[in-house]
Amino acid sequence: MAAFPAQFAALEPYADWALPSESNRYAKRLASNMDELRAFYDTAMPLLESEADYLKNVSLDGISDEDLNLLRCLEALVTVSFPVEAWHQPYVPDSGAASIDVVVEPRP
Amino acid sequence: MAHFGKPAAGSWTEHFGLSTEPISYGDSISPEFYALEQEAIFKRTWLNVGRVEQLPKAGSFFTKQLDAAKTSVLIVKNRDGVIKAFHNMCRHRGNKLAWQDFPNEEIAGFSRQFTCKYHGWRYDLDGKLVFVQQEQEFFDLDKERFGLAPISVDVWEGFIFVTFNPDPQPLKEYMGKLGAGLEGYPFELMTQKHTYRSEIGSNWKLFIDAFMEFYHAPVLHAQQATDEESRKLQEHGYEALHYDIDGPHAMVSSWGGMAPPKDLSMVKPIERALRSGLFGPWEGPDIGELPEGVNPAKSKTWGIDSFLFFPNFMLLIWKPNWYLTYHYWPTSYNTHVFETSLYFAPPRNAYERLQQELAVVTFKEYGLQDANTLEATQTMLQSGAVTEFPLCDQEVMLRHMHTVCRDYVEKHKSDSGAVLAGTASPSNKGA
Ligand code: FES
Ligand SMILES: [Fe+2]
Repeated sequence: MAAFPAQFAALEPYADWALPSESNRYAKRLASNMDELRAFYDTAMPLLESEADYLKNVSLDGISDEDLNLLRCLEALVTVSFPVEAWHQPYVPDSGAASIDVVVEPRP
Repeated sequence: MAHFGKPAAGSWTEHFGLSTEPISYGDSISPEFYALEQEAIFKRTWLNVGRVEQLPKAGSFFTKQLDAAKTSVLIVKNRDGVIKAFHNMCRHRGNKLAWQDFPNEEIAGFSRQFTCKYHGWRYDLDGKLVFVQQEQEFFDLDKERFGLAPISVDVWEGFIFVTFNPDPQPLKEYMGKLGAGLEGYPFELMTQKHTYRSEIGSNWKLFIDAFMEFYHAPVLHAQQATDEESRKLQEHGYEALHYDIDGPHAMVSSWGGMAPPKDLSMVKPIERALRSGLFGPWEGPDIGELPEGVNPAKSKTWGIDSFLFFPNFMLLIWKPNWYLTYHYWPTSYNTHVFETSLYFAPPRNAYERLQQELAVVTFKEYGLQDANTLEATQTMLQSGAVTEFPLCDQEVMLRHMHTVCRDYVEKHKSDSGAVLAGTASPSNKGA
């Protein structure tokens, strides 16, 4: 798996969050416990906050492997932010057996 | 305490000439009523099945499963760039024509012609039968007579519609005043698309109900806001800026204080970091002036307009210049397939991509709560324990939608009753 751009090296332990589809990211979130989700969030969130300018200079056309890896990892952060910031549990409260599945999504 | 004005009649409901009595949900729990809806509504009205971007070149096609109209349709762009629609059915012995692996799954792709998997009959992009296996074995087979069965198709603002009505009203006319008010919106610029699908254990109208009122939002979705913000929202409740109804269609215009929020502490850290949320990226692309029909109250606090084009096509226009569609495709009286597509201007960089991802994921988190609530509602309605349900003025759009459904069904019953009476033979009269 490709590494991350140098200033995002702290994400290395969470490289397995760099998944290509929203369905993969959501499945991994449901399969994780809150400690795992919080550890990833606590590492990734400060990087998102401090490196917004870097991200604004990453064009999606011809994106490098490292930047693509980073983008996917931060897309996973978006998914993980809900359990950490809102639900205090991996799954959406009161969502029962309901599922909403992605059928078309842009890559990256 | 009222925050926004109401019409002179005192309420939106009375303004539109609707009853203020409790409603019955008999239209949502009955196989018989659903059978009537299929004939009266889904085989009569214009149905939105996709967008022109799904057919980029000659030979592009997609299929759409329309259980409510008891068919599958094949939508294709021919060599002249004209969009055609056909029943997705071979004229030999009725095999489903375009499918892969699972006959009931929709497919999309590119093809020069369509070949039936059963005996190899082939059709061109205009539905013409062009090849018959062992043609000499047939009896004076006139291939001209056995092309694919066509369906009326038309395009409004890039949205592809079909209808099974043999004598349809022109689509533009069907879209009425509310459709006309949206013409010119740059839908074609918003090509970054995310689509979601869900099988829902409720009548199709119940999910429309959930998306045509925001009365539930401060309560059902309370945890999605910060505690302080959630408390304020529940205290104030919800009032729309404006409602409008034209023929079977309706719209609600709503405020949207979250894009951008007045106070950054009102939103979650991820929203602050990405300057995005439920309402999308706070700073959207510049698309110039919006058409007249958007933000009809011309309110400074405007955030979103939700249109329902009857029967099952919702179009949501968000202030930060992106749009979303909902479709509700019935599969039985108490199940339906719910589809959502979110459309953005293509992101120019990784940050914008993440801003859009947050809007998409937020939709999904809300949708999961809404979806699950519906299954519970359906089960309880089916108990039949209670048959009268009071609706408030902020639920005017769903009152209207249920009324329109009943009217279509009643009209269909009286029309077909008239036909039956007119054709009944004398010998049947006393039976
Ligand atoms: S059913 Fe299609 S070729 Fe026979
Ligand atoms: Fe909702």
